[in-house]
Amino acid sequence: MGARALKIGYRNRELLYLAVVGVLTGLGFASVYIARQALVSWGSLGYAVFFFALYLAAHLVVRLTVPSADPYLLPMAGLLAAIGVTEIYRLGASDAFKQGLWIVIGVALFAFTLWRLRRDYRVLEQYKYLFGIGAIALLLLPRVPGIGTTVNGARLWVHVGAYTFQPGEFSKVFLIVFLAAYLREKREVLAQARLKDVGPLLVIFGACMLALVASNDLGSGLLYFGIFLGMLYIATARLSFVFAGIVLFLIGGVGAYEQIPHVHERVTIWLHPWTSTPVYCPSTGGLALRQDCESYQLVKSLYSIANGGFGGTGLGKGTFTTTDGHQLIPYVSSDFIYSALAQELGLVGAAALLLVFMLFVARGMKIALQADDGFSKLLAAGLTLGFALQTFIIVGGVLRIIPLTGITLPFVSYGGSSIVANFVLLAGLLLVSDRANAT
Amino acid sequence: MNRQISTVALISLVLLASLVVATTYWQSWEAPTLAAKQDNAIQLVAQFHIKRGLIYASDGKTVLAANIAQHTAGGTLFFRRYPTNGLASQVVGYSTQGRSRAGIELADNAYLTATNANLGTIFDKLSQTIRGATVTGNNLVLNLRVNAQKIAETALQGRCGAAVVLNPKTGQVYVMASSPGYNPNKIESASGFASILNSPSACPGSSSALYNRATEGLYAPGSTFKTVTAAAALDSGLAKPTSSFFDPGYCTEYGKQITNALDQNGPERFGNVDLFQAFVHSINAVFCDLGIKIGAKLILDEAKQFGFYSAPPIDLPPSEVAASGLYDFSKHRLFDSPALVDPGRLAFGQERMLVTPLQMALVAAGVANNGTIMVPHLLNRVLSSTGGTVVTVHPKVWKQHAMKPATAAELNQMMQGVVSSGTGAAAQIPGVLVAGKTGTAETGLPNVYTAWFIFFAPADNPQVAGAIAVEHQLNGFGGSVAAPIAKQLMQAILPTVSKQ
Repeated sequence: MGARALKIGYRNRELLYLAVVGVLTGLGFASVYIARQALVSWGSLGYAVFFFALYLAAHLVVRLTVPSADPYLLPMAGLLAAIGVTEIYRLGASDAFKQGLWIVIGVALFAFTLWRLRRDYRVLEQYKYLFGIGAIALLLLPRVPGIGTTVNGARLWVHVGAYTFQPGEFSKVFLIVFLAAYLREKREVLAQARLKDVGPLLVIFGACMLALVASNDLGSGLLYFGIFLGMLYIATARLSFVFAGIVLFLIGGVGAYEQIPHVHERVTIWLHPWTSTPVYCPSTGGLALRQDCESYQLVKSLYSIANGGFGGTGLGKGTFTTTDGHQLIPYVSSDFIYSALAQELGLVGAAALLLVFMLFVARGMKIALQADDGFSKLLAAGLTLGFALQTFIIVGGVLRIIPLTGITLPFVSYGGSSIVANFVLLAGLLLVSDRANAT
Repeated sequence: MNRQISTVALISLVLLASLVVATTYWQSWEAPTLAAKQDNAIQLVAQFHIKRGLIYASDGKTVLAANIAQHTAGGTLFFRRYPTNGLASQVVGYSTQGRSRAGIELADNAYLTATNANLGTIFDKLSQTIRGATVTGNNLVLNLRVNAQKIAETALQGRCGAAVVLNPKTGQVYVMASSPGYNPNKIESASGFASILNSPSACPGSSSALYNRATEGLYAPGSTFKTVTAAAALDSGLAKPTSSFFDPGYCTEYGKQITNALDQNGPERFGNVDLFQAFVHSINAVFCDLGIKIGAKLILDEAKQFGFYSAPPIDLPPSEVAASGLYDFSKHRLFDSPALVDPGRLAFGQERMLVTPLQMALVAAGVANNGTIMVPHLLNRVLSSTGGTVVTVHPKVWKQHAMKPATAAELNQMMQGVVSSGTGAAAQIPGVLVAGKTGTAETGLPNVYTAWFIFFAPADNPQVAGAIAVEHQLNGFGGSVAAPIAKQLMQAILPTVSKQ
């Protein structure tokens, strides 16, 4: 099979899978409608048609710009986004409309990135400090008076008019580009630990971490730290760096646990979500069972997951509100979308969903393995690792494997900046893949 | 670099795989534990996705409990409505969001939510679940007779008390009224609930309307208890209906005189009487002497054979059925030590003997049914949502030998005498042999009595038996207050019973 035949095969395969995703989206929405027949009309099936058309447009851009790129990633991302928007629609139709709009913007930015960098994305290497400083700047943006907004105790949002977004999501991509470029250049000399080699790396990364800790964004802090350690290890092959990093992390973690009440609270909730006697409740200042106070969200989310059982309640048939219409789980469509899906799709559906995440990671890492140059390898591995760690941190938090920190589930959670940033991440992976396959 | 990338890839995949493991843990291993947690609101809400079965009266048409559907973003929810606004309110009970459940709604929750283990129900529910249809519970048909139940509730209106009527041969409960009743549609609202909880004005200090006085109300039985005392005496052979006694108008116990009921000339005096006459005229002095003669132990043993000291096995929640017996007031506890009671006063139903109207109805039913007491049951049959019969409740024996059949026959005659020529004349029905026993129990308040009447009819082939208890009667006696209610109920039920 020649190179040209391979290209056409790849893109046609992609088209076929996208068609499958379109059908699945249609089925998902149909299922929600049937479950809620008293409230909605068949006309809303337009959602499925709309998404298929949108993905078709993305596919055409891919065909034109990165014809040799991996054919599985776009359909998988499309599937995850479709599952997300279906569940968000089921939880609240108005949010789904906004999410749909964000997916359009995400696909547009995805197309723009592919188009802009189609000749050689490696030009980015030259701007590495711009990306590094950009990452810090984005993280600091919410702290600028007038445009920053505090939500749920963390100052992570920027509002422009009626819309808010979380610049931290883009900061992650910027930091990965910086790390890939910087580590490619300095990987041979880092071990000598000269200030001029290590300094800029530590300054930029350290500034990011400080900005995150200062804004109480522990989930992202963990994510950035993991990405940093992973990429450092890939670049230098030195496990000692990793161990040193882990030791530093543990020291920092214990320090934070002792000193920062927010961290202490998260760990306490994680270890002991249920109490049988009332304990101090910071939000009311009185005494309450912990499951009725601090760990309310986590516990309600676990009930939701457990209620799914093996087969789930079925899309649209789960229970997320009390009999008088109050939300059982706060932030269910953003941070806790996984518990909603686990209830409605059951173990079978949740495991299938996680399998899609695993396949995405496997394909991303394969691209890193196939890439020819250090920057491409580091970029693809970094982007994939970021995707994998983000998934683990939020779902692991919801499942009580690690303390719960609120970040989004890539492509699935409700949240504009997350969707857009992940489509840009996807574009990066496709660019690397196209280059690796084309040569 | 590829080696490191493979390592990082492996770690990433292991981390994600751990999510599958953790999900499995919560959804299979821990799921039952989480489902049982008290603050698990999902479980609470899930109950309202089920279309509970309807509850019908014995005619199979009068709906006592129905549903209204409410369409919400989370799907259709079903809430209970009670179309009769409170007929047999304590028996039917309620099923609400805020106040949980009571009565039949609680006792038969499994049938009503289709969670019972009958094969047909399991298949129906499975097919409903697979089709995504609403799970629909089984319908219940009770033995309650709408007409008679209404008569009982009207008769008791404005007073506190209870009426129980059942079939002595089958145990089917035709009437179970507790006054005051309440409107179960008001339970959910805070103000409605508060008004139901208020102590009734007809009997200040007594329990609220929520309380099923027929099964939970504990009253001194007064002279109706003479039936048990007489049964003990006859069963033991220590006395016969013809045994003679002398009534000086009082009896002497521990050196003190206990006088008979007063009439306008002071304590009644009957002189030389036999046991039959003493029962018909309800002479306390005679029963006091009889009690002293046969002893408290024999009376208490007989009472236990009638089911005292255990809650009757009626199909209501166990928490809503009380056992009858001697109560230690300070400890709110049953006791049965004969040495600690005064046999003379126990014999005519005072002392610390407290009984439920249901238990006294079962005493009458035992006499009517040749000494055998059947298990009282409210539920007649369970129907599937498609109309098929899931369960038919068959008669069961509770106390095979409450007394000897010969004793039952003698007591039957004595109780007929009460109605034909004694204190229960107000219960006479032309053309029907009615048997009964009055009771006017002292309450500790001067001249305030609990008026009792226990009865069965027709005495030669009993179809109904029952008990009426009316609280807080100022100079109101069993024969004048309770017996007329019993008469109305027997008249309402007898023709319809014999037709079947």
